[in-house]
Amino acid sequence: MRSVRSWGRLGEAKHRVVALSNAKENALRHVLAESLPGLAYGNGRSYGDACLNPNGNLWQSRDLDHFVAFDPENGCLVCEPGVLLKDIMELTVPLGWMLPVTPGTQMITVAGAVANDVHGKNHHVYGSFGDHVERIRLLRTDGEIIECGPTVRSDWFAATLGGVGLTGFIVQVTLRLRRVPSAWLEVESKPYFDLSEFFALSDKAEPDWENTVSWIDCLGGGSGRGIFMQANFATVEGDTVPSTQLARKPKKIPFVPPVSFINRWSLKPFNNIYFWLNRQKKERILSHYQPFFYPLDNLHDWNKLYGPSGFYQYQSVIPREVGQEATSEMLREIRQSDQGSFLSVLKTFGDRRSVGMLSFPEPGVTLALDFPNRGKVTLDLFERLDSIVRQARGRLYLAKDARMPRDLFQAGYPRLVEFIKYRDPGISSAMSRRLID
Amino acid sequence: MQKKIVIVGATSAIATYCARIWVATGQPISIVLLGRDLERLGRVAADLSARNQHAVVTIKRADFLNPASIQTVIDQVESDEPTHLALIAQGSLGDQEKSQNDLGFNYTELHTNAVSPVLYAEAFAQHMAKTGKGTLVVIGSVAGDRGRRSNYVYGAAKGLVARYVQGLQHRFAGTEVKVILIKPGPTDTPMTSHLKDHGMRLASVEDVAKGIVEAVQVGKSVAYVPGKWALIMMIIRHLPNFIFNKLRI
Repeated sequence: MRSVRSWGRLGEAKHRVVALSNAKENALRHVLAESLPGLAYGNGRSYGDACLNPNGNLWQSRDLDHFVAFDPENGCLVCEPGVLLKDIMELTVPLGWMLPVTPGTQMITVAGAVANDVHGKNHHVYGSFGDHVERIRLLRTDGEIIECGPTVRSDWFAATLGGVGLTGFIVQVTLRLRRVPSAWLEVESKPYFDLSEFFALSDKAEPDWENTVSWIDCLGGGSGRGIFMQANFATVEGDTVPSTQLARKPKKIPFVPPVSFINRWSLKPFNNIYFWLNRQKKERILSHYQPFFYPLDNLHDWNKLYGPSGFYQYQSVIPREVGQEATSEMLREIRQSDQGSFLSVLKTFGDRRSVGMLSFPEPGVTLALDFPNRGKVTLDLFERLDSIVRQARGRLYLAKDARMPRDLFQAGYPRLVEFIKYRDPGISSAMSRRLID
Repeated sequence: MQKKIVIVGATSAIATYCARIWVATGQPISIVLLGRDLERLGRVAADLSARNQHAVVTIKRADFLNPASIQTVIDQVESDEPTHLALIAQGSLGDQEKSQNDLGFNYTELHTNAVSPVLYAEAFAQHMAKTGKGTLVVIGSVAGDRGRRSNYVYGAAKGLVARYVQGLQHRFAGTEVKVILIKPGPTDTPMTSHLKDHGMRLASVEDVAKGIVEAVQVGKSVAYVPGKWALIMMIIRHLPNFIFNKLRI
């Protein structure tokens, strides 16, 4: 038995970790059958309890990290489940290809990206990760292999995309990559001083800019000031790019501080400085894709900064019609509770509906906030935020969640009833027990 | 002429990661993978081919214990182009307790971890001696530096490998044949997964592979990876018995 935590470090639980290394399907079939019920575990980047199965089995897929095929002519990539997005980017970017959708970290596995149907800053153009998956090879714990995709057994495909690992063990994924002119983006940053300004900036940017995102200072300004960023891939010649942004050595957080570095005393000055620094920045810069897409990947284990009690991430999506009002209410609750968040992201999603039955993205506006775990006060705040989300007919992101109540889950994910039929009875997670079983 | 690399025990995690670094340049390269299981070799070959479209990857089934077939397979491998770099990486992290109680198992462990790698090394040495050049890299282990109760069967095998490589180095001194011994510390591979249950800190296989590739590039004769193990093992080697014997390591 081994202690395993999820990214939020809210607590540790003993697991029987089964390291999968033999990629042969017969071998996998056998291992899975010997360790039921279990749950696939990739790189442990889910914040809450989606990747945990306390006192049970975890099928660790990190050693199943081989590419199966890559065709640089058409950008078709086949790989094993434990391949990291980082591996894919490093292989394909120099060849002019890239993952069409990538979340805020590249340190997640392909199967994790599928199981959480992750999204990125370009949702209004490229949708979510699942929109670029051509085939999933799924191994059920009863030994059956299910090959599914958008046109083949599409019901299984829709259940598995965003299905938080509950429909079977993913043994292979086929992706369709996109062309990029370079590894560089032209990024424009604009400060905004309230939410209506944010929405105006978003609306204006979406037709012309592939990537849009904003950092929001949830403690400052009238109804949330922030920095809005829009970016497009740039065509640059190889040797004209500023090399300063590259090859920075990753830094590590060497220990877990006894208390959270992010607390009510540090937060306001942090946010003020961050806002002020970014306001001073040149409005238009050339940025390598790594610092732009993965601003925190260079700081290993940044989650330790929140101290021994860990942290929650609260990410919601609210339909656009009530988006501004609900977001503003949520920010007000946060300010009043004297808790806050440094890594706060506010972003609009495009109109594309997600394929997955339990996929998170839907047309509207999404707000993601990190909160140091202060126990009851933090949970109480979440309850108040929940009621705003509930009333606005929004939903919370399973990849981030560690505590939402069942009724909010059921209300937010109406296709749950459909999903249940595709559950693998040999798979169980802390999340499935909390929300479904 | 494009570079030719031969890897024995190519499905081992350390070997796979080294090969990934070697093909990552995108340059034309020929790489021959030897191992016992063709299907598993095929998986590594597909991975390497995906990483470098200009790599020519061939796989070959090889017996690890039969001297005659070791000779044959290396003669075949060497029959077209001479090998620039040979990496000998097969091994099993045996079960010490089982080795103590089951002499048959013990015998196989010793052969897999000691006799097999040195026979392969000798087979390559025959060819490298003829052409007068080549680099031969053998994976040993920090465990070979001093016998310890927790894994002396494995350790003794790796110790034999170390002494054998030392002999080869002496034999080829002053020539363009380079023989390198790598001593990885405990590494996070599928072979060692169970150690993590005991809270053991393991080096990532990626870092270990980087260390190996670097040592080969620099041409070190003995390389501990990660480097800190050179110091740790120096201390362990020099501990007087009255202290050493009290340690449960």
